[in-house]
Parts: sequence; C-alpha cells; structure tokens
Amino acid sequence: MNFEVKLFAGAKEIAGKDLVVVSLEAGATVADLRTALVQSLPALQETIEHVKFAVNHDYADDDTRLSPDSEIACIPPVSGG
Amino acid sequence: MPRLTHEPIDSACLLREVQSTRAGAVVLFLGTTREYTHGRRTASLEYECYRDMAQQKLEQLQAEACQKWSLVHCVIVHRLGDVDLGEASVAVAVSAPHREAAFAAGKWLIDTIKEAVPIWKKENWHDGTSEWVHPGMSQ
Repeated sequence: MNFEVKLFAGAKEIAGKDLVVVSLEAGATVADLRTALVQSLPALQETIEHVKFAVNHDYADDDTRLSPDSEIACIPPVSGG
Repeated sequence: MPRLTHEPIDSACLLREVQSTRAGAVVLFLGTTREYTHGRRTASLEYECYRDMAQQKLEQLQAEACQKWSLVHCVIVHRLGDVDLGEASVAVAVSAPHREAAFAAGKWLIDTIKEAVPIWKKENWHDGTSEWVHPGMSQ
C-alpha cells in the first residue's frame, strides 16, 4: 500500500522534494513509516530521529496506525516566531 | 482568526483590533528579525509552514488561551516568505480586563507557538550561505 508523506524545511531540502511515496503494509504505524522513509531516502538517516509526524493535522505517536486516506506529514523541529 | 501572511505586520492596526472599553490591559508581543545571532550576521529570514495544520494549531491555541484566561480579544499573526531585518515575523496581541491575564496569555501564546506550530525559519546569512533552523538538531 502506498502512502504519500509531505516534507518541509530541512527534510524537504535533504530529500530534494516536498512529497515522497513510501510503500507500507496495511495497518502500518508511524514507527514503520519512520523505518520505511529512511530506506526510501537514506539521506534522512540523521534527521529522522528528530522529526515528528502529523496524521490529519495532529501530531501522532509512533504507535499510531496509518490508513490510506490519512494526510501524513513529516515535521522537523519547528522554528516559527 | 489567526493569520498567516506574506504581508508586513501593521502593529498599530493590531492594537486597534484588540483595544476595547471592556479591557483595562493590552499586551503586544512582536518577534523581530535580529541582525546578529551568536556573532553571526543575518541578511534576512525566510518562513515556510504546513499551511492547513499551522492554521488549525494557531486556532486551537487561541481558543485554549481564551479558556485559560479571561480575555477580551486575542490576535495572532505570523509572517511567511522573506522577512527583512528589523521587521516583525510574529505578533501576538491580547486584551483583558486586567494586566495579569494579558501578560500571562501573551507569554503562553508565543511560547507555545514556538514549540508546537509547524512553521520553520531559514537563516539567510550575510555571507551568502543559508540554513533551516531546527532546534535540537546539529546544523
């Protein structure tokens, strides 16, 4: 099953794109996504432990399950203000 | 409703928005672009956000502030895109019947915005290099 993940700021710059598609089993969690994202984009290795993920505009724990219609975003440490 | 904008922030306009005969206190916080950070010279800042989530988070924080404190009005504005030196990148304006609530709500809002809202700044250094700011990550 394919999941689209939005990328921002430093993560977007490292990946060279603002959207990445990763393939995950049905019932996959945010933790699975973390692993798959690094496999897909090895350059994110150092960044991945620092990022949060948002599912449908809310921060999600690593055990949150993803569904195909979820809007998923990779949120590097924020620096607004 | 909180605003994410590419336009300069007009602080006098914000003060007019929150002033009220029901309020005895108005607090305005502006976050402005600093020229030197730890001795390094900034040319400009650039902001980007995850638009839908940032808007939603700002609305949640505004609602939470209004629940925690007795406020008359509360306005939050954050810039996007390029922000020149000395310009405001963020503004929080609150009015309340008494100053304790106005100060406390204003401080809580800017502190929490900086922690929780998906907005990022890029430092465009004077030497021509640039980098995204990600607190806690080595640059």
